[in-house]
Amino acid sequence: MRRIPLARLFIGAALGGLLAAAPARAADDAKLPKVEWSFAGPFGTYDLASAQRGFLIYQQVCSNCHSMNQLYYRNLEGIGLSEEQIKAVAASVQVPGGVDDNGQPIQRPGRPADHFRAPFPNDQAARAANGGALPPDQSVLELAREGGADYLYALMVGYADPPADMKMQPGMMYNKYFPGHQIAMPQPLQDGSVQYTDGTKPTLEQEAKDVVTFLAWAAEPELVERKQMGVKIILFLLLLTGLTYAVKRKLWSDVH
Amino acid sequence: MRSVSDGPFPHEWLLAGGAEGAAAARGHVWTVATRRNQPRPGFEDMMATSLSASDHGVSSPHGEGTSKRDFLKLVTGAAALVGTGAIVWPLIDSMNPSQDVLALGSVEVNLEPIQAGMGITVLWRGKPIFVRHRTEKEIKEAEDVSLSALSDPETDAARVKAGHTQWIIVVGICTHLGCVPLGNKPSDPRGEWGGWFCPCHGSQYDTSGRVRHGPAPANLPVPPYAFQTDTKIKIG
Amino acid sequence: MVGLHKSEFKNPLVRWIDTRLPVFTMMQNEYGSFPTPRNFNYFWNFGALAMVAMMIMIITGIFLAMNYVPNTALAFDSVERIMRDVNYGWLIRYVHMNGASMFFIVVYIHIFRGLYYGSYKTPRELLWMLGVVILLLMMMTAFMGYVLPWGQMSYWGATVITNLFSAFPIVGKSIVTWLWGGFSVDNPTLNRFFSLHYLLPFVIVAVVFLHVAALHITGSNNPLGIEPKGPQDTLPFHPYYTVKDSVGICVFLIVYAALVFFAPNFLGNPDNYIPANPMVTPAEIVPEWYLLPYYAILRSVPNKLGGVLMMFGSILVLFVLPWLDTSPVRSARFRPIFRQLVLLLVIDVIVLGDVGAHRPEGWWVVVGRLATTYYFLFFLVLLPVVGKLERPLKLPDSISKPVLGGGGPLPGGAPAKPMEKA
Repeated sequence: MRRIPLARLFIGAALGGLLAAAPARAADDAKLPKVEWSFAGPFGTYDLASAQRGFLIYQQVCSNCHSMNQLYYRNLEGIGLSEEQIKAVAASVQVPGGVDDNGQPIQRPGRPADHFRAPFPNDQAARAANGGALPPDQSVLELAREGGADYLYALMVGYADPPADMKMQPGMMYNKYFPGHQIAMPQPLQDGSVQYTDGTKPTLEQEAKDVVTFLAWAAEPELVERKQMGVKIILFLLLLTGLTYAVKRKLWSDVH
Repeated sequence: MRSVSDGPFPHEWLLAGGAEGAAAARGHVWTVATRRNQPRPGFEDMMATSLSASDHGVSSPHGEGTSKRDFLKLVTGAAALVGTGAIVWPLIDSMNPSQDVLALGSVEVNLEPIQAGMGITVLWRGKPIFVRHRTEKEIKEAEDVSLSALSDPETDAARVKAGHTQWIIVVGICTHLGCVPLGNKPSDPRGEWGGWFCPCHGSQYDTSGRVRHGPAPANLPVPPYAFQTDTKIKIG
Repeated sequence: MVGLHKSEFKNPLVRWIDTRLPVFTMMQNEYGSFPTPRNFNYFWNFGALAMVAMMIMIITGIFLAMNYVPNTALAFDSVERIMRDVNYGWLIRYVHMNGASMFFIVVYIHIFRGLYYGSYKTPRELLWMLGVVILLLMMMTAFMGYVLPWGQMSYWGATVITNLFSAFPIVGKSIVTWLWGGFSVDNPTLNRFFSLHYLLPFVIVAVVFLHVAALHITGSNNPLGIEPKGPQDTLPFHPYYTVKDSVGICVFLIVYAALVFFAPNFLGNPDNYIPANPMVTPAEIVPEWYLLPYYAILRSVPNKLGGVLMMFGSILVLFVLPWLDTSPVRSARFRPIFRQLVLLLVIDVIVLGDVGAHRPEGWWVVVGRLATTYYFLFFLVLLPVVGKLERPLKLPDSISKPVLGGGGPLPGGAPAKPMEKA
């Protein structure tokens, strides 16, 4: 019979097509360093301590230039902050609070239901403060870059002196992993950029890992729930497939 | 297998007779009985009857009456068609640009801060407009090209305003598939001809915005604009 | 009483309805006792799978529309709100997003099945053509749906694809302005795309209904490509094929779930998580994977109008396929040359997909042009010629008879067990 090889060839071809058509996720030049992420794999969950350290870095470093407009302070529950902690974090910033009785805009302390405060009121202000470059919003940055978490980590640790033969534009930094290697963002993290309260040593690698874990959580807060649900659903479907196939075999036994 | 003759559906009135033949020929489906349990006219018979009634049955069996009636039918049909068109047109036209979109008419640009060799991008009707201050060398390059070297031949003089040849103003949308070419900022790649380079499919434009290489079929279009003073233009 | 349908159902309520509106009898005839060739392989699951995928898309889409806002200022944020704040919103959106891919995978295999086993040949030409209409409608729907999240790829994909119409002489520009409702892809465009994205699936449902109705007039083709000669060649659809389709649906759902729960963005483009920006073109604009082969054909032609015509032609050629193939034999099993050519076509289309995902530079251009050439060569030259020249293998006498006298997959001449009318 020719059926089997045909079916195999076809399935192979279909899978091959799927893989070929999937966007190539690796950056073209430098190979991204491999990092063991707590949230990788079908059973991965976020390392909450790491995500909390990453949030600290966001607060002290990233948020000076980068917004995270999709997030609310209340979301921080997702990385294990208590209600009191969240209230304190929110209250530490001033947010626009509508207008007063004279119609003048006022500021008030943030509440858990507020969006993360953006460092700049609009894109033009952000550009003006950053030499013409716009710091991208970080809410879904982990999903918006080829390579995802690996790429963001590589970017954090990829600053170096430019090769001698490379002409750098004024105000640009050299980064091994940035497409084109010229990035407007100065190196954001060094050894000891922040002081961790939990005793973790703030090396560059540790900081990069923590902040990327935080950004990954920010981009896909549903990831843990999703994967856990997925495991259950696939187990259920395997059982159902087995049962259905058994019924099918039984029903067809008098035909074959 | 269920045979046709004891089919469950002895109701030819419910299902059009047209399916009957095909279904019966295949021996199953769409459910029609071949047995008619009463002398009821089939669908096709009824159609035939009604057609013949309208054609001949009323009064005059003469050819003249028939052709007059045919003409009347034609006119009526045409009128109905025009009427339908009149109803459909407002719907079609509602998808064209609305008044508020059309009203976003014009933009004024101050040229003073633009250094020679630099360009800026302004937004006009949702489209980026490149305003570029050309250097003497760039102007000369643009003017010296022979028309035979161009796939969309146009002189540089036709694309700039006389007396203001240092300013080239074009719609910054690649004529291939609508991407925004690079080249306004000095750090951008400008392609081999020093104008603009489209990152999507590699089209290259010269310092007059004319296509020189790549899949783009036409030059970057020049938007309608006028110099209000030597350093101020109004686009649109 | 005159005019009432004689129902065979016993349940009084069912019977009451059925005598007045024989929908139960119809279901029984079309999906119960409907005589179906007994030798289907699992490729015949994919019609049912497409139906399941379509229903999942419509249901999830209706719920997404309850929270989506078709406005350029709000669309991106409203999708993020669905992902973050709406209960199970992430699930509904990921099911919908990956459902498009699953729908296309299933439909492409379904089309391949029709191609390989000659299901488009007389008397099933119209059935096939309705299928091509469904494919076209699906592509339009998917394209407009991809625009809705208003990311960078949404915006630039919409710009590139709508700009294709500007290739037509004289009226091209007006058509594009009309499609946009403005002078660029903007809020009016997003609004109408949302409206049409909601409408078109129901048009698809209507055409699917015609597709199935036409199928039930001609009956199904089968892997041998010969018509059933009598009851011994067929089985009632229920329970034999309902249960076989169910097995396929379960496997389909496992693949689907793996994608949704463990790699929901695998087939997507990272750029679509960047909000649309009319002033910045992404370095590379690529459509979703299921449109890549057509995109490759478009870019393989150096002339803009030519590329557009070839791209549309690559689908329109499917409409006339029944008349291009001159061979009276349906199944590729009995057509050795055609079999090789059609398998090569599958590889060719996959190669085109790969070419479409890459920048048209260097040898990708050459490969793209060769693959495009073969695509059209297959339909326009090889099919008509091979049909005349090829010597088909000997066809079996009937589905239930042993294939070519040897031991076939089915016991020769075994009469089908008479089935109860369930």
